[in-house]
Amino acid sequence: MYSEKVMDHFTNPRNVGELADANAIGEVGNAKCGDIMKMYFKIDKNVIVDVKFKTFGCGAAVATSSMATELIKGKTIEEALKLTNKAVVEALDGLPPVKVHCSVLAEQAVKATIADYYTRQGIDPEPIVGKIEEHCHGDECGCSTH
Amino acid sequence: MEKVIYVDNAATTSVSQSVINAMLPCYTEFYGNPSSVYSVGLEAEKLINEARNLVAQAIDCEPNEVFFTSGGSESDNWAIKGIAKRMLAKGKNHIITTAVEHHAVLHSCQALEREGFNVTYLPVDEYGMISAKQVEDAITEKTSLVTVMYANNEIGTIMPIAEIGEVCRKKGVVFHTDAVQAVGHIHVSFKKDNIDMLSLSAHKFNGPKGVGCLIVKKGVLPNILIDGGAQERGRRAGTENVAGIVGLGVAITEAVKEIDEETKKLTVLRDKLIENITKLPYTRLNGHPTKRLPGNVNISIQGIEGEALLLSLDHVGICASSGSACTSGSLDPSHVLLAIGLPHEIAHGSLRISLGNNNTMEDVDTILKELPIIVERLRAMSPVWEDMMKNNK
Repeated sequence: MYSEKVMDHFTNPRNVGELADANAIGEVGNAKCGDIMKMYFKIDKNVIVDVKFKTFGCGAAVATSSMATELIKGKTIEEALKLTNKAVVEALDGLPPVKVHCSVLAEQAVKATIADYYTRQGIDPEPIVGKIEEHCHGDECGCSTH
Repeated sequence: MEKVIYVDNAATTSVSQSVINAMLPCYTEFYGNPSSVYSVGLEAEKLINEARNLVAQAIDCEPNEVFFTSGGSESDNWAIKGIAKRMLAKGKNHIITTAVEHHAVLHSCQALEREGFNVTYLPVDEYGMISAKQVEDAITEKTSLVTVMYANNEIGTIMPIAEIGEVCRKKGVVFHTDAVQAVGHIHVSFKKDNIDMLSLSAHKFNGPKGVGCLIVKKGVLPNILIDGGAQERGRRAGTENVAGIVGLGVAITEAVKEIDEETKKLTVLRDKLIENITKLPYTRLNGHPTKRLPGNVNISIQGIEGEALLLSLDHVGICASSGSACTSGSLDPSHVLLAIGLPHEIAHGSLRISLGNNNTMEDVDTILKELPIIVERLRAMSPVWEDMMKNNK
């Protein structure tokens, strides 16, 4: 079901944990849907110098968080904002279709954390970061009603 | 990977060697079509009838009440849709079931709803149980069918089937039970339990996949689901899965013979798992504490998500199951766990261990050694757990 790379990032997630001196923290998803991602950035002179994450969720949720943090560590804010869920999926050698929403959540977590960075400085993040999709699957609670 | 510990026996079981031995000649020697007149075919027909007798003995019904099918899902579809449609002609358009049935039953009922039938989904209590009284109160003059599972596939709760059957008989309503998880593991009597139709599936008791039965009481006539040839006395068409049927006959006989011994053994293993896993903080047992299948353990572990737990267990060679959305192919967690009142976030983090006759105390000890390590690792990376701990301080 999962690629070797997904399993690798699930079993040995990079950058997992909390960051004591983080100056930006973002959280997306909700427990009802089964996925929550929380990211901690330390941003210095426009560069994300350190990053950690915590995730409640399935194997894909953990792996996409891990990969997203790896892809943005050491990058400028502008570069990090360009991270797409597609890039995360490609870097993981693909995800099953039902798990693609996890990569969207990872992209949103990065954006939410950068938004928090701007908010803390009294800057409205929305023109820079765009609107953060708070919910994991797009609808009201994010959970399908089939 | 080291030795695999398979504890997902509610999903399926391994096929026992004696079953395989009985099946093999059906592919090589007795390969004839049972409907043919020549001897190779007649041998096959004889084998099918022997299997029919074995099933009848195993669950206390008449051989001519046994109809072989492709498995549990077909049996459930046939029973439910067949009776609903037959009884519609008599003006009866109401079906009663429960909120915790297998999808083969639930989705059959939902399909009928789309065709205009009325369905009552009885709510269950915190243990996943319904009472005969609930069924009695729900029956109206429009009710054609009551369908209640014998034992729950996720949380192992055993329903009061004989009492429900008695109510249905008194009220003149056809009673079907999906006994897929029960047959071969607890004592089931088609006659004493007052059952009109019963679904069973071979691969749940060390038989082959793709074969099962619908047991139909004499005089109960569900409309035909599979039209075609005159197999199964004209009520279920299709050339018989001879090897599968023979395997089912052997497997059910062996399983029923071993019920008391297996129950004794598995109950000890089950209770050790339950006792020790629920010692972990923020865990709870799902399902009835005593009226449960001897091999079923279902525990919610808060702060973690089920699929991540299963992947981690698989990494150390343990194959188990979960009620999380991620393992069900949908985004919702198990309807059973929601029906017993668990909030979504807790239902996402459930673990089902279903023991079988191959499991040992050593397996249990390995699970009890590995599981806390995995739970700790996943909780350490969980923001939900972090919040729970903060709110606790």
